[in-house]
Amino acid sequence: MWSETVIKMIITGIGESLYMTLGSSLIGYLFGVPMGVCLAVTDKDGLRPNAPVYKVLDVIANIVRSIPFLILLILIIPFTRLVVGKSYGPTAAIVPLTLAAIPFIARMVESSLKEVDKGVIEAARSMGASDFRIITKVLLVEARTSLINGATIAVGTILGYSAMAGCVGAGGLGDIAIRYGYHRWQADIMIVTVILLILLMQLFQVVGTVVANKLDKRK
Amino acid sequence: MFYGLTLLEKTWYSIVIDEKEKGEDMSGIVIENVCKTFQTKDGTVQALNHVNLSIESGDIYGIIGMSGAGKSTLVRCMNFLEEPSEGKVLIDGKALGDLTKKELRSQREDIGMIFQHFNLLMQKSVLENVCFPLYIQGKKKAEAHKRAAELLEIVGLGDKQNSYPAQLSGGQKQRVAIARALASDPKILLCDEATSALDPQTTASILELLQDINKRFGITIVIITHQMSVVREICTHVAIMKEGVVEEQGLVSEIFSNPKSAVAKDLIRKDTGSDVEKKKSNTQDRIRSGEIIRIVFSENSAFEPVIANLILTFHEPVNILKADTKNVGGVAKGEMILEFAKGSTNVEAMKAFLKERGLAIGEASEYVE
Repeated sequence: MWSETVIKMIITGIGESLYMTLGSSLIGYLFGVPMGVCLAVTDKDGLRPNAPVYKVLDVIANIVRSIPFLILLILIIPFTRLVVGKSYGPTAAIVPLTLAAIPFIARMVESSLKEVDKGVIEAARSMGASDFRIITKVLLVEARTSLINGATIAVGTILGYSAMAGCVGAGGLGDIAIRYGYHRWQADIMIVTVILLILLMQLFQVVGTVVANKLDKRK
Repeated sequence: MFYGLTLLEKTWYSIVIDEKEKGEDMSGIVIENVCKTFQTKDGTVQALNHVNLSIESGDIYGIIGMSGAGKSTLVRCMNFLEEPSEGKVLIDGKALGDLTKKELRSQREDIGMIFQHFNLLMQKSVLENVCFPLYIQGKKKAEAHKRAAELLEIVGLGDKQNSYPAQLSGGQKQRVAIARALASDPKILLCDEATSALDPQTTASILELLQDINKRFGITIVIITHQMSVVREICTHVAIMKEGVVEEQGLVSEIFSNPKSAVAKDLIRKDTGSDVEKKKSNTQDRIRSGEIIRIVFSENSAFEPVIANLILTFHEPVNILKADTKNVGGVAKGEMILEFAKGSTNVEAMKAFLKERGLAIGEASEYVE
């Protein structure tokens, strides 16, 4: 039963899971950070309050987040095909994963930035800093620890979603667990994949915590 | 000696100010008819109500009042962190309201500000904190570092460049904030309750630093505070605020000796002189047998160590039972209760000696411990 093919499959699964999780986290952050910054800046007591912009982003984030991931996965298959040319495989899974990750990451970033002491922002304004400088040199720097902790949570959540994507043949550990555990009743392989998923999650958490602590100068 | 010098300088300031008032000098801060209203859930709050102030360059100007008096709003109008709802703010003759956003930002580089809670970047080193305004001015890293190191030297933190704010004491954090505020070579330094979070000793040392900066660089300093002792220690001028209105303003020495408004009288009465440095007279081990008199120091008093000279002249011990004097602009004001040695024959001569030096002498009948 622990033939070479199974072991090979599991190793490929680990690679695919990492590829999907880190790939969609990266693209997710590429869009999620600007969206989160916009949410934090345009809110009532933000740097540049702007009710219409805030409301639009707020509603978009809520809509995407209120669709269960499994449904979103199926719902956007046409869009996925349009982007990557097919609807299965790890690369195709990155599309719905990223789409689900963006509003989640944006909310994380928004709440991290809102934690930054208003006094520090006021001090920067009193020195003649532009809003752009305040965002890049004050907000994102002072919120660093909180942003990294948020990223740890986001990556963990996306890892969970990537396993769900296994339902539609995304590949990765989740796919293996569903195929062997659910369709073929091979509990042993399923248990191994679950343990591997747990280990991956632990790894992300440890790395995140260590980096966050290392970069936190508030002690 | 030290007080004597300060006295001279204060006199010099008032001469300069008199000359300026005669001429059409536009330098300094002028607040014209400024009102500020805030909309809150409970309705409109009028934080400032037709405030007029004129702060000459080189002044150390105190703005004092209880919390909620509008003084923090007023100081934020001076760099437009708050825009007045009505009225004008002129800095060196330029109305802040007429400036574009960009012009306002560059104007702000001329106005440093320090805060009650220091507001330093907690994730940046002390050196990088001081560099922040320099980067805004477009300075290169090497140049900024060099200048920041000089500034840290001025505030006495030359050895803390690579520390982080979290590793510093409150007083040290405020020194970093002062260095940061000075980095852009401002003409004006606004201090919003800068010593309110500090203990009396640290407060005294920060005030000394501010006074030093005022003298060395000629920077106009505006100090917002609720502690009368702060005004008394370093300010040349003071405005007293209550409920968004300036009740009284003028030279510190004049307002201390002759307060007109009820708020001013109240604040001066409450000022026990203990906020800045705790000085308590030890009245425990004393012999209460000789004659007791009360002497009052007023503005007429000459500057001289009177009590010490009295003792040296008459070769007789004098017991100070109580001393409640305050240093107002370099002149001692207040009262002292003295007890002469038992059976002294020089009492009348000694009283005359004190009178000669401009001190009023009274009975100390109501002096009961």
